[in-house]
Amino acid sequence: MSWWRGLFCEAIPGGAGWRRTWSAVLLFTFFLQAITGFFLLTHYSGSTQTAWESVYYLQYHVSGGWLLRGIHAVTAQAMVLLLALHLMQVAIQRAYLAPRQLNFLLLLVLLPLALALSVTGWLLPFDQKGYWSARVPLNLLGMVPAIGPALQTVLMGGTEVSHYTLTRFVALHTVLLPLCLGLGLVAYHRLTRRPAVDASAPPATPAAAWCPDQLLRDAVASVAVLVAVLFVVLWPRWTGGGEGGPTLLAPADATEPYGAARPEWFMLWLFQLLKFFPGGTEVWGAVGVPAVVLAVLAAMPWVGRWRLGRRFNTAFALGLGGGMLALTLIAVSRDRRDPQFQAAVREADLTAERAKALSGGPDGIPPTGALTLLERDPLTQGPRLFARHCASCHRYDGHDGLGGLPADAPSASDLKSFGSRAWLRRLLDPVEVDGPKHFGGTRFSEGRMVRFVKRGVAEFTEEQQAQLEKVIAAVSAEAELPGQRALDDRDQAAIETGRQLIRTEDMRCTECHQFRQPDEDASAPDLTGYGSRAWLFEFISNPSHPRFYGRRNDRMPAYGANEVLDAASIGLLTDWLREAWYQPTSGP
Amino acid sequence: MLAAGLAAFATGFPVALGVRCLLDPLRRKRRAPELFVRIANLSALPADGAPRRFPVLSERVNVWTKTRGVPVGAVFLRRLGEASVEAFNVVCPHAGCVVQVAAEGGGYLCPCHNSAFGLDGRIADPGSPSPRGLDALATELRHGEEVWVKFQNFRTGVRDQIPI
Repeated sequence: MSWWRGLFCEAIPGGAGWRRTWSAVLLFTFFLQAITGFFLLTHYSGSTQTAWESVYYLQYHVSGGWLLRGIHAVTAQAMVLLLALHLMQVAIQRAYLAPRQLNFLLLLVLLPLALALSVTGWLLPFDQKGYWSARVPLNLLGMVPAIGPALQTVLMGGTEVSHYTLTRFVALHTVLLPLCLGLGLVAYHRLTRRPAVDASAPPATPAAAWCPDQLLRDAVASVAVLVAVLFVVLWPRWTGGGEGGPTLLAPADATEPYGAARPEWFMLWLFQLLKFFPGGTEVWGAVGVPAVVLAVLAAMPWVGRWRLGRRFNTAFALGLGGGMLALTLIAVSRDRRDPQFQAAVREADLTAERAKALSGGPDGIPPTGALTLLERDPLTQGPRLFARHCASCHRYDGHDGLGGLPADAPSASDLKSFGSRAWLRRLLDPVEVDGPKHFGGTRFSEGRMVRFVKRGVAEFTEEQQAQLEKVIAAVSAEAELPGQRALDDRDQAAIETGRQLIRTEDMRCTECHQFRQPDEDASAPDLTGYGSRAWLFEFISNPSHPRFYGRRNDRMPAYGANEVLDAASIGLLTDWLREAWYQPTSGP
Repeated sequence: MLAAGLAAFATGFPVALGVRCLLDPLRRKRRAPELFVRIANLSALPADGAPRRFPVLSERVNVWTKTRGVPVGAVFLRRLGEASVEAFNVVCPHAGCVVQVAAEGGGYLCPCHNSAFGLDGRIADPGSPSPRGLDALATELRHGEEVWVKFQNFRTGVRDQIPI
C-alpha cells in the first residue's frame, strides 16, 4: 500500500486549498470522458455508411444512449474551457515562475491535445455539422506549406473524406490522443504538488496531508463539475427546449451545401479571425497566429523574470482572453443577424428531423446507409429540385419550395396542392384564374380557359355551380392524391355524377380537353388521370406532348425529353407535388 | 548493449510496420484525371445565361466500396451563346464549402465565409477570402447538343489551380 500512500496521502507543502483542485478536476473530466468514451465505442461503427447510423441508433434506440453521448460531448467542452481558464489563472497569478515553469509548459501542451481530441471527435457522428466543421481544419491543414498536403492525405487516408478518414480519426480519438492527454494530466497532477513560489521561505501555512483535506476538496470540485455537465445536458429536456446534449444532424453529404457550417463554440474566435485574412493567407492565421500565441505563452516563465516582463505577461494573458471573447461575440452576433445563416440552420434541422423519421420508419436504414433514405425521399429532394428548376417561374405556396422568395414575380402557377379540390376551385374562380397563382403570368392569361372562367363560370346559375363542384370533385379524384383519399372515398356518388357532367355541353370541358375518350382535336391538357402520378410525371417530362399543351406550350422546358432531370428526379418532384411521402405516426 | 538493440528492434519493428501501413495513402497512385463526363443537354440551360447546378454522375470509390452513377460532385453550367457553355466546380476554392447561386442572381456566394463571385466566376467582392475565382472546367459540346465537362477538383486555399 506504500505506492497508494505515496500517491494520495503524502504531505503537501503549503497546505490544502481550493486552488489546488484544478489538476484533480482536470483529471476527473478526463476520466469521465474515458469511461463514457469506452461505452460509446462499444456502440460505434466507423465507416461512412455506418457511422451516422450507429450513432443514431445509440441516441434514439439504446436506453440511456443519449445521456451517455451528452455527458461525453459536454465534458469535452468543459475540459477545454477549464484548461483555458486554468491557463489564464496561472498566467495572471504568475504561477509560471520557477520552479513551476515545467508545469506551465506542460499545460501549454495539454491544451492543444484537448483541442485535437475535440476536433477528431466532431467528425465521428458523421452528420452534416461534424463533417463540415472537421472539413475546414482539414482543408487548412492542407494549406500548410511543404508538409501540409502529405499530412492531410495521411490523416484522411486519401485525398477525400472516406471510410479511412473515420477509421483513422477513431484510432486517434480513442487511443493515441487520450493516451498522451491522460499521461500528461497525471504528470501535471504530480508536478503541481511542488512547493509554491519560494521553497526556501518558511511556508505560511503548515503542510497538510493530501488525504483527507485535499481529497475532500478535490471530490467536491469534481462532483460540482459533473453536476454542471449533467445540468447542461438535461436542461433543454426539462425546459422542453430540445433533446439536450449534442445534436445529431442529417448524415454527412459532401455534395449538399450546408450553409450553417460552424466550428464548436470554443473555436469560433479562430473562425472569425480567419475572416480577416485575405484569400490565400489564412494558413498564416490558422497556423501562424496560434503558434505565435503559444510561443509567447511558453516564454512567460523567462520573460517573467523581469518586473516589466511580468506586467507584459499579465497584459498579454488578459488581452488574449479578451480578444478571443470579442471575436467569439462578433461571430455569434453576425450569425444572429444573418438571415441566410438562420435559414440554413432551419433547413438543416428539418433535414435532420426527416433523416431520423425515415430511419425510424417501417423500412429502416438500408445497407448503403441513411443518406440513401434522404436521396430517395420526395419531402427532402422535392423542395431542392423545385427551387433549382421550377421556382424561376412557379411558386409553391408563395415561396421557392425552400421558403426563399425569388426576386422576380412568379410567371406561372402556384403548385402547392396541385390537383386538389381547393386548387381546382381556385383555378375555376373568375377572380383567381388570371391571378398570379394561376394563368396571370403566362401567355394563357387571355386564353380560352381564362375567358371561359371569367365569362362563363361567372354567370353560372346556382344549379350549375353545384354541378361545377361535382366536376371539380371528379377531376380532382383523377389525381388520386394520398391526402384526399378519405374525401374521395366519401364522395364516390358525387364524383361519378361529376364524371358524367364533364362531358356535358353545359360544363364545356370537352370542348378543349379530352376525358377518358381519345379526342384528336383536344387543344388543352388531358383530364384523364389529371394530376395522377403518371400524368404529372409525363407532364413534367414533356409538357409539349400533344396530350398536354402540344405546340401551345408556353415556356416550360421538357425536363425529361431534354434530359434536364433524370427519371428519378422527376419522380421525386412528382411525388412531392402530390404530397406522396412517408409520414411518421410519431416522432423518432 | 545487445539487450538495448534487441529491445529497440522488438518495439521498432511493429512501429515501423504500422507507420508504413499508415502512410499507404501517400504511395497510392492518384487516379488518372477524370475524363470528360456528360452532364446535361444544351437545351437544359436557360438562354439568358442564368447558371444551373447539375450533379456530376460518375464512379465513386470509397476505399473498399465502389458505386457507379452516383454524384461525385456538382458543377454550375451557364450558356454563353448559341453553342458555347461555361462550367464551374461548385466547390469554393477557399475552404471547400459548396457555393450557391446568389439570392439576387448575378453571381455566386459561398455561405461559409461569404466569398462572392461574379457570373464569370471571378471574385466579385474584394473582401472575399477566396484566393482565386471559381474553378472553371473545360467543356465540350458533342453532337451539337450534349454538354461534356472535364470534371476535376482542385486544392483549396491556394492561389494556383492544382488538381487533386
